[in-house]
Amino acid sequence: MELTTVWFALIAVLWIGYFCLEGFDFGVGMLLPVLAKNDTERRVMYNTVGPVWDGNEVWVLVAGGATFAAFPEWYATLFSGFYLPLLAILVALIVRNLAFEYRHKHDDDTWRRRWDLALIVGSALPALLWGVAFANIVAGVPIDADKEFTGNLFTLLNPLGLLGGLVTLTLFATHGAMFVALKTDGDIRHRARDLAVKLGLVAAVLAVLFLVSIQLKTGSVASAVAFVLAAVALLAGVAAARAGHEGWAFVGTFLTIALAVAGLFLALFPDVMPSTTDAAYSLTTTNAAATAYTLKVMTWVAVVFTPIVLGYQAWTYWVFRKRLAVHHIPAPATVTSTDGP
Amino acid sequence: MDVLDIARWQFGIITVYHFLFVPLTIGLSAVIAGFETAWVRTRKEEYLRLTKFFGKLFLINFALGVVTGIVQEFQFGMNWSDYSRFVGDIFGAPLAVEGLLAFFLESTFLGLWIFGWDKLPRGLHAACMWIVHLGTLASSYFILAANSWMQNPVGYVFNPETGRAELVDFWAVMFNKVQLITFPHVIAAAYMTAGAFVLGVSAYLYMKDKHADDRPLYHRAIRVGAVVTLLAGLAVAFTGDIQGKIMTEVQPMKMAAAEGLYESSDGCAPFSVLTVGTPDGKEEKFSVTVPCLLSFLATGSTDGAVQGIDELKEEYAEKYGSDTVTKAAREGDYVPVIPVTYWSFRFMMGLGFFTAAGAALILWLTRKKRVPSVKWVGILGISLPLAATFASSWGWIFTEMGRQPWVVFGLMTTESGVSPGVSTFEAATSLIVLTLLYAVLAVIEVGLLVKYVKRGAEPFEEPPDVPIGGADDDAPLTFAY
Ligand code: HDD
Ligand code: HEM
Ligand code: HEM
Repeated sequence: MELTTVWFALIAVLWIGYFCLEGFDFGVGMLLPVLAKNDTERRVMYNTVGPVWDGNEVWVLVAGGATFAAFPEWYATLFSGFYLPLLAILVALIVRNLAFEYRHKHDDDTWRRRWDLALIVGSALPALLWGVAFANIVAGVPIDADKEFTGNLFTLLNPLGLLGGLVTLTLFATHGAMFVALKTDGDIRHRARDLAVKLGLVAAVLAVLFLVSIQLKTGSVASAVAFVLAAVALLAGVAAARAGHEGWAFVGTFLTIALAVAGLFLALFPDVMPSTTDAAYSLTTTNAAATAYTLKVMTWVAVVFTPIVLGYQAWTYWVFRKRLAVHHIPAPATVTSTDGP
Repeated sequence: MDVLDIARWQFGIITVYHFLFVPLTIGLSAVIAGFETAWVRTRKEEYLRLTKFFGKLFLINFALGVVTGIVQEFQFGMNWSDYSRFVGDIFGAPLAVEGLLAFFLESTFLGLWIFGWDKLPRGLHAACMWIVHLGTLASSYFILAANSWMQNPVGYVFNPETGRAELVDFWAVMFNKVQLITFPHVIAAAYMTAGAFVLGVSAYLYMKDKHADDRPLYHRAIRVGAVVTLLAGLAVAFTGDIQGKIMTEVQPMKMAAAEGLYESSDGCAPFSVLTVGTPDGKEEKFSVTVPCLLSFLATGSTDGAVQGIDELKEEYAEKYGSDTVTKAAREGDYVPVIPVTYWSFRFMMGLGFFTAAGAALILWLTRKKRVPSVKWVGILGISLPLAATFASSWGWIFTEMGRQPWVVFGLMTTESGVSPGVSTFEAATSLIVLTLLYAVLAVIEVGLLVKYVKRGAEPFEEPPDVPIGGADDDAPLTFAY
């Protein structure tokens, strides 16, 4: 296989890792006002992802860096082109990360409510916008002969793009609900499971609409297979959740996201950013790639270190495998306002 | 303002801001790991209390380092797309490797450290912080390799067909001679910052009657902080001195600009500690100089010759002016903004000397557990980590502004690196949004830091000693958000 193809696949793997992992972080964040009925339950939800959200987020940083290294033209066109949505995603990620770190640092209801809002919006917005971005990447955007994106924000907010956004939004919400059901105990666990079933069905309808549109537009046989499997995994996950098998239910949404993203990349290949202006201007795995030497160096690094990373990330999940319930949450660790500054 | 100006302001603001938090993260992770290891070995309560106290402050700081780093990762593509296309083959690799090797390590093991008090055996828990520190070092190494390549491009060829610089020797980039001295200088500066932080915060608390019972604790921390600050300070000066020589070799204009030296000197060029003159530095009214010091900084010998701006300007024009192959071709001169380079260089060194002197003074004032009667010791203490941090900021402003007009020295000018497709509206939106957001975050962060510093170290509480995965009971978590 060509190294450019290998790197196309590796970048797909990085995005799959990102969406499968941070997907449930986003879901947990979005569902905070829906699933938690009081502050202790909200804290249960924060703590289900507490030890792992930062590691999950690094997947997107590596995806960005790897794209820069392996396909510099793709990195340049994509991020200078999708400028404002990317800015919105960055701002959202910033405020939501700080919600995790700072919410518990001050014992005050207004303070907590503000950070909760930051978490909710900061999770929902990227969940939506990543879908918009990927729908547009796969379906194609106007790109000129200099490989520059010539559209604007509204070019991206087309019906297919918005549909893609709704798919990721609902899918990540479902994934998050499945995760809460798997990681908690008590009332919140049951609420999460019931919600996951309902959300899963909504996500399934939207996803089928979206994936069929993509398939008709640029699909291949391989992408069709991936899309069908994704749909099957989603329905199986929902069925498992109804039957009370939370572990399998989570595996179901995990596989759904993995297969759907894999399908999108299969539909994209061998382009990386097709041009709707003229097919000749499309960025492809070959005309956007770095040199063979750089790809070779990077391949060595990836081959050696990716298994190590996967190993210790998996170990973390094992260390924090226990379900959380309301009685695990200690009293607020912060000072009360009386002995504050 | 056009897109170029906006993009430059944004890059400067965003990156300098990121680097306000980074030195403390790098240095403090080591100090905390040291405290925790000392506790595991000696079981002295005070070491655990210091671990937890500085651990909290560390996390407040770390959070902002992380979120501002996220913007860094993408802003090359957003505002500097032509730059990204031109250098991606070389510059992208260290960035990607940094993510894979360093960021995963830092974030995963920090998560284990924060939440792992009741899940990991004590030794392993301390090891997690050491691994975080290792991650910060790896992170710095790769990002500085990328930056050093911009200062002194090596291991590449220019490919006229693709119109870009292409990597031919990865190891040359990793062991660039600029990198080999930049890395120790930056890391030493980071240890200095962390030392000053431990020292300063402890001195502040030491002086408060409210915390009088804990004086022995803070006294110990003052000594640890002072030793770290002073040793690291020596390392900073030593590496900085070498850096000056390498810089003179690869970018002679930067050294001339650091002194505002227009006419070349045949030997014993003086170094001015401060100058009052016209803004462009061409005419001086008053100045305090140290004889022959510039020659020594630049060449290592007091009678070394130093080239001046005027001579270098012609040399550069001849060397790069007619070059139409690379993107370097450019009209005009090759002189950076002299007052900026002149003063930033002095602020870096001056703030560094201030930090070291302040550390020595506080160490002396608190000798033999003496409590100084003067009130300003607390204020002085708090000013030391700030001085060390701003010394780094000025160091970077010097390094990066002194390289102008180049973004990649000798290969690509900053103006040709900017994104051609980005509109003024987009660029301005992002500059305004990010600057305002960062300002708000600064207020929040400073507020939290002040609050947690004032509280001081919490009383000792023995953490459980457990097998990996934690004891199997239903007790509340030791730490939860
Ligand atoms: C605590 C911070 C601190 C202190 C006290 C110093 N420096 Fe520094 N210096 C830095 C922090 C720093 C830095 C922020 O880390 C820089 C920016 C880029 C770099 O490599 O390190 C830097 C850059 C930098 C450069 C530019 C390198 C280049 O552009 O290639 C030189 C020549 C020196 N330093 C020399 C010195 C000398 C001679 C010092 C005093 C004896 C000194 N520095 C103190
Ligand atoms: C963290 C420490 C760093 C700081 C504080 C810093 C700061 C700066 C500053 C002040 C400028 C000049 C802005 C201007 O021209 O108006 C600049 C330029 C630049 N630096 Fe750095 N820099 C740092 C590290 C890096 C690193 C590690 C890289 C590469 C990986 C880098 C890439 C650039 C680029 C691309 C420019 C050109 C854009 C411009 O001129 O604004 N910098 N940087
Ligand atoms: C302009 C180039 C830079 C880029 C693209 C960049 C990127 C990043 C990113 C994405 C993060 C967040 C990692 C996470 O989520 O865990 C981060 C944090 C960090 N960066 Fe940077 N960075 C730059 C400059 C620097 C420099 C020059 C240094 C050190 C010399 C540095 C050292 C660190 C460290 C130690 C952290 C982790 C600790 C913290 O978050 O404070 N960075 N950086």
